[in-house]
Amino acid sequence: MDTDGDPVAGVLEHAYRDEWSAVVATLARRLGDLQAAEDAAAEAFAAAARVWARDGTPPNPGGWLMTTAWRKAVDQLRGNRAIAVDPQQFPGTGAASASDAPPVTVGGDDQLGLVFACCHPALALEVRVALTLRFVAGLTTRQIAAAFVLPEATLAQRLVRAKRKISESGIRFEVPGPDALAGRLDGVHAVVYLVFNEGYAASGGEQLIHADLCEEAIWLGRLLHRLLPEDTETAGLVALMLLHHSRAAARQDPDGGAVLLADQDRARWDAALIADGTAILDAAVARRRPGPYQIEAAIAALHAAADSFEATDWPQIAALYGTLARLSPSPVVEVNRAVAVGMADGPHAGLAILEPVLASGALTGYAPLHAAHADLLERAGLAAEASAAWARAERAMGNAALQRELHRRRAATAGSELGSRRGEPAVVRYKNFPTGVETSGLGP
Amino acid sequence: MKYALLIYSAPDTSERPYAEAREAWVDYARAVKEAGILLGVEQLAETDTATSVRVRGGQRLLTDGPFLETKEHLGGFFLIDVPDLDTALDWAARMPHAASGTAEVRAVRTGMAWQAVLG
Repeated sequence: MDTDGDPVAGVLEHAYRDEWSAVVATLARRLGDLQAAEDAAAEAFAAAARVWARDGTPPNPGGWLMTTAWRKAVDQLRGNRAIAVDPQQFPGTGAASASDAPPVTVGGDDQLGLVFACCHPALALEVRVALTLRFVAGLTTRQIAAAFVLPEATLAQRLVRAKRKISESGIRFEVPGPDALAGRLDGVHAVVYLVFNEGYAASGGEQLIHADLCEEAIWLGRLLHRLLPEDTETAGLVALMLLHHSRAAARQDPDGGAVLLADQDRARWDAALIADGTAILDAAVARRRPGPYQIEAAIAALHAAADSFEATDWPQIAALYGTLARLSPSPVVEVNRAVAVGMADGPHAGLAILEPVLASGALTGYAPLHAAHADLLERAGLAAEASAAWARAERAMGNAALQRELHRRRAATAGSELGSRRGEPAVVRYKNFPTGVETSGLGP
Repeated sequence: MKYALLIYSAPDTSERPYAEAREAWVDYARAVKEAGILLGVEQLAETDTATSVRVRGGQRLLTDGPFLETKEHLGGFFLIDVPDLDTALDWAARMPHAASGTAEVRAVRTGMAWQAVLG
């Protein structure tokens, strides 16, 4: 993130972070203590900087780092305790095995254990996000704070408390058992997707896109996918993020304004990301274990495959939203379904689906609901109602770039002839997130 | 690891008849005992029979009632010994009152100086 676009520096930085994260994961699992793992890793990396500069890089740098970190961790443990190390509290450090040889890593279990610990449901969601970005993705506290527009001290405090909770309350660095795995994996997906969403369309502030956050989320998703290749929803999530991210270059105009899906220059969509995402999705779907992320990815793939907004397979998208509504019903799904049906079957059909959502008052503060409503009303020829709905959308929107776009739409509606903007609906991007965090509703 | 499972419930929200609730707690206690994880358990007298004690400026002050007036009252606790938080959470979720009340799960600290004195 600090590399200013230099690809070599970027690769090096990620390699450094991968190595650091792997060391932390292995130590944390053995010690049951993230703080101790972090301290030992920091000392090992500092030692590497000194010793390798003097003696040259060792043949197995990863092994050197792991051994050094483990030694430092064990020394610290012994030094800290006047009484004998309790093997039950610290498996692997009892008298019999507290040798200086580092623990043997079993495949990706250490990394998975770290992921599941950081995403444990006993931790608040914002805590899980901070932990995952810090210890799995290896971002610094400063980088995370900047990404979420939080004071660094707040984030540092959040991490300190979180590490303490993990070790004192006995959260283990293990993959959950078969009964709990699906539910816990849902939680991990939610964290990754939250990070992606924040990068995709920031919930506040001036800037629309934080591409580095999207890339971190995609990296996390790919890591999970590599470690859990059989899990189709993980694959679906990766595909979904790739497909959304493929539109990044087209979603903003040179002034940082938001460009709606209908208006985007599709030549600027990243074909490689589309191909990658589609391939991952196809492989997942072939395993015949459907789920919400795969459906959302399929919808995104249909958009990606279309030459233009008008040429998009809207009936198929509407059908997919119907399936999604059955699998994972929510008012947000209904809003998206209304938009798709509005395209496939006309604005009145779309309005009919939106009616119950509006009547329930469930999403009053959700800008995409009002944007979708406004667009359907406009296309149905109800300009005054549409203008009022655009105003509601603008008021509800937290992101300044999107707010400006909503304002522009309202002004255009107020001043235009009926029907002059037909054919440019606001497509609401689905966001499968329960706590109502705002996101872009407008098309991209 | 040792955990305290603190039982919080609002007095009038249980939908079950008293006898049924009592049976459910007997079954739960038996399950905990049979799992070999029970360290201790107590049920407390009703919150409105509590007396709160403070000493301020050398004066002993008594309040008629609990420390905090809350909707859900502390009714008792289990002390259990299980490997990790997930196991403790599973046992907490099985408590008969969990559907209408709350079980607070907190690890018990060990190795404290005051414990050395107790031998």
